[in-house]
Amino acid sequence: MELFTNQVLAGIATGAIYACMALAVVMIYQAIDHLNFAQGEMAMFSTFISWQLMQWGVPYWGAFLLTLVFSFIGGIAIERLLFKPLAKAPILTNVAGFIALFAIINSCAGLIWDFTIKQYPTPFGSAPFLGSQLISTHQAGMIGVTVLLLIALYVFFRYTRMGLAMRAAASVPESARLVGINTSWMIALGWGMAAAIGSIAGMLIAPVVFLEPNMMGGVLIYGFAAAVLGGLTSPFGAVIGGFLVGIFENLAGTYIPGVGNELKLPIALALIITVLVVKPAGLFGRPIVKRV
Amino acid sequence: MTALLNIKALNAYYGQVQALHGLEFTLNEGSVTTLLGANGAGKTTTLRAICNMVRTSGAIEFDGAPLSNRSTENIVRLGIAHVPQGRGTFTTMTVEENLQLGAITRGDKANVTSDIERMYAHFPVLKQRHTQQAGTLSGGEQQMLAVARALMLRPRLMLLDEPSFGLAPIIVRDLFKILGKINREEKVTILVVEQNAQLALEIADQAYVIETGRIVMSGKANEIAGNEDVRKSYLGY
Amino acid sequence: MSAVQEVVTAAPAIDAVPKRAMTLGTGTSLIVLALLIVTPLFVKNFIIFQMTMLLVYGLAVLALNILTGGSGQFSLGQSAFYAVGAYTSAILMEHAGMNYALTLPISGLVCFAFGFLFGLPALRLSGVYLALATFALATAMPQLLKLGYFETWTGGVQGLVVTKPDPPEAMQSVLAWVHLKMSQDMWLYYFTLIITIAIYIFSVNLLKSRSGRAFMAIRDNEIAASAMGIDVALYKTLAFGVSAAITGIAGGLGAIAVQFVAPDGYTITLAISLFLGMVVGGVGWLPGSIVGSAFIIFVPNIAEGISKGLSGAVFGVILFLVIFLVPHGARQVAMVAQHLLGRLKRR
Repeated sequence: MELFTNQVLAGIATGAIYACMALAVVMIYQAIDHLNFAQGEMAMFSTFISWQLMQWGVPYWGAFLLTLVFSFIGGIAIERLLFKPLAKAPILTNVAGFIALFAIINSCAGLIWDFTIKQYPTPFGSAPFLGSQLISTHQAGMIGVTVLLLIALYVFFRYTRMGLAMRAAASVPESARLVGINTSWMIALGWGMAAAIGSIAGMLIAPVVFLEPNMMGGVLIYGFAAAVLGGLTSPFGAVIGGFLVGIFENLAGTYIPGVGNELKLPIALALIITVLVVKPAGLFGRPIVKRV
Repeated sequence: MTALLNIKALNAYYGQVQALHGLEFTLNEGSVTTLLGANGAGKTTTLRAICNMVRTSGAIEFDGAPLSNRSTENIVRLGIAHVPQGRGTFTTMTVEENLQLGAITRGDKANVTSDIERMYAHFPVLKQRHTQQAGTLSGGEQQMLAVARALMLRPRLMLLDEPSFGLAPIIVRDLFKILGKINREEKVTILVVEQNAQLALEIADQAYVIETGRIVMSGKANEIAGNEDVRKSYLGY
Repeated sequence: MSAVQEVVTAAPAIDAVPKRAMTLGTGTSLIVLALLIVTPLFVKNFIIFQMTMLLVYGLAVLALNILTGGSGQFSLGQSAFYAVGAYTSAILMEHAGMNYALTLPISGLVCFAFGFLFGLPALRLSGVYLALATFALATAMPQLLKLGYFETWTGGVQGLVVTKPDPPEAMQSVLAWVHLKMSQDMWLYYFTLIITIAIYIFSVNLLKSRSGRAFMAIRDNEIAASAMGIDVALYKTLAFGVSAAITGIAGGLGAIAVQFVAPDGYTITLAISLFLGMVVGGVGWLPGSIVGSAFIIFVPNIAEGISKGLSGAVFGVILFLVIFLVPHGARQVAMVAQHLLGRLKRR
């Protein structure tokens, strides 16, 4: 039993990573109604920028804030330059665009900063949290920041005018235009916010998985899986989904024989898909009623 | 009587198909005008053309300003509210959020709150359901919500696309009564597109009949309603 | 009470390709066919090998076109079916001594069953959820192939070496009369070509048939299709099965051509490449499959040639250029060409 509890706790700790990434995923989904495969790479690139700033002497929180701003603007720029022209193209073409973006960012990061692993600092320190051997202060910090982000997003969407406009633009774009909302800019804004949230995820994750161009590959998949599990329309679901995925992954690794590191991902995905077959809209997603 | 909306030689296209041919008409400020016609005649297309939701050529002027190069949302901000076919309700949001969205481009927050109260006064059922998800409302209630949302813009011109569609007659009567009241009290110019000609002619001042993308008849509403030949050949009753 | 999100089904996510535009005109088809038949006679063995792979990946993209462009189901998991086909052929050839040609129908059948079975739970999923499920399948496959449990059959991480087949004796003796000898590569190419043409004709006819119409009805509006009496479950799983079968045959052919199967040759990168091939060729446009295949084989090499350090970025840029210029893929180019030719004829 103690092993079980420990693994669950450890799962929550690693799950914070996925929860944070899942928030960025849900953010972009709210804005553009699909998943952006390049989001992990964007987060990775942002994290590298912050690292570079710190190499140049900028203190941690200064680098953090500058990166946040840079990511926000970068996200908007990418949308305006690369995806606005594709707005009328079929969805699958847009997906090809995400894949192209992934390749470009990954390759550029590799060239600029090469593929050797780098250490990345954490503002929370890595001492055991409250004496526990399973959660470090950094992981506790991650959980804390993720929860804060969640609350901030909730407040934004539910209580601000901009949040209401964004929800409207994503939900029924034509009606949103008919109340005067510039839906095109809402999409750009969604991208900017998703990029910013992604950069936070990257900067929190890097101390744990170490900074290198391929660091976000697995994390992104788990982030998608967490977002889908939680229900793509629910930021709260995304966070819970993230923690659950972390727990699944740990328990699968501990209790299912023969599951080494390589099989953890497919098993986690298989579990999630099983949930989806039972609850197609995810745990907290709104059931979709389709009318002809 | 000043002309609020002036349409000249308007053509509209869906891809290669031309849906409107050289449409011309004028809306006077403060009037209620109805655009009548059968299915597929081009009524909805006309409203969409005004809001630049379809490809057009020709001239549309609102209060002297040309509309053709503006985006839909910019046209709306000029003071034109469009209640589309099918209502276009934000089904996943609450009734109150829908009303707030109607006023989202307005700067005067204090007035928005009092306007919401006025909408509840016009449509008491909306007040009852104001925290409910809009998608759970009945058809008639959603139609009222759509009209209320449009009014939240404090528009000078309101375009309504078949507001009676799918609604029980008694609800339609109530709705049209409210529309008449809004036109008189709040000085909103109204253009209502309808298949239900009889009801529309009762509240309208001016009427146009459209057939295959062309205006085939225009005149005062009561004259058209009184002309049995016209009614029988164009309006079916 | 959880809130209900109502979606009045809007335009389908996947463009419908009008039936008449489904294939190339007879003239163009004959020209392409002629090129495919004649070119190998004039080029080196390595180029012939690349042409074989062009056909092999073309088949895999074709299969995806049937699944996504035809029945509207997304799949990022084709690499799994390809792998199963490849390994089935390899195992039958190396462990059971079976003739290479006979392994192909078996690979096809095995993959059909596998695809059909996968299609069953996938019935409840669509769009992004189905993409995720197929993605899971694709990531799992290399790991499953590496499992120690199967190692005696699969060769584990090392994989299996596959013997390259010789051209049939009969053909060699006929050619010997005119002092010609057919190389293994050339034989393999023509063998692949015959199978490709057969499958292509089958696929075109499938999509024109009642089943094809059922697929497309499901793609365009699943609820309406079911209301019309189409057995949606049957056709969706059938589409998966057929698509998997063709991909499996392609995998078998690929294994024979490359002479090697190994788990890391069938990763998610392959699945993504096939997806990109479908988009570049034009979703649902069967002739485009070969254009897509050419793209995924040659463009990465071109990109590496332009800049070794930034090959990924160059690839991405080229991909962007393609999708900006022709968002609907090669089909768009063909339609524009057709339009221009039509105008020229009228002059």
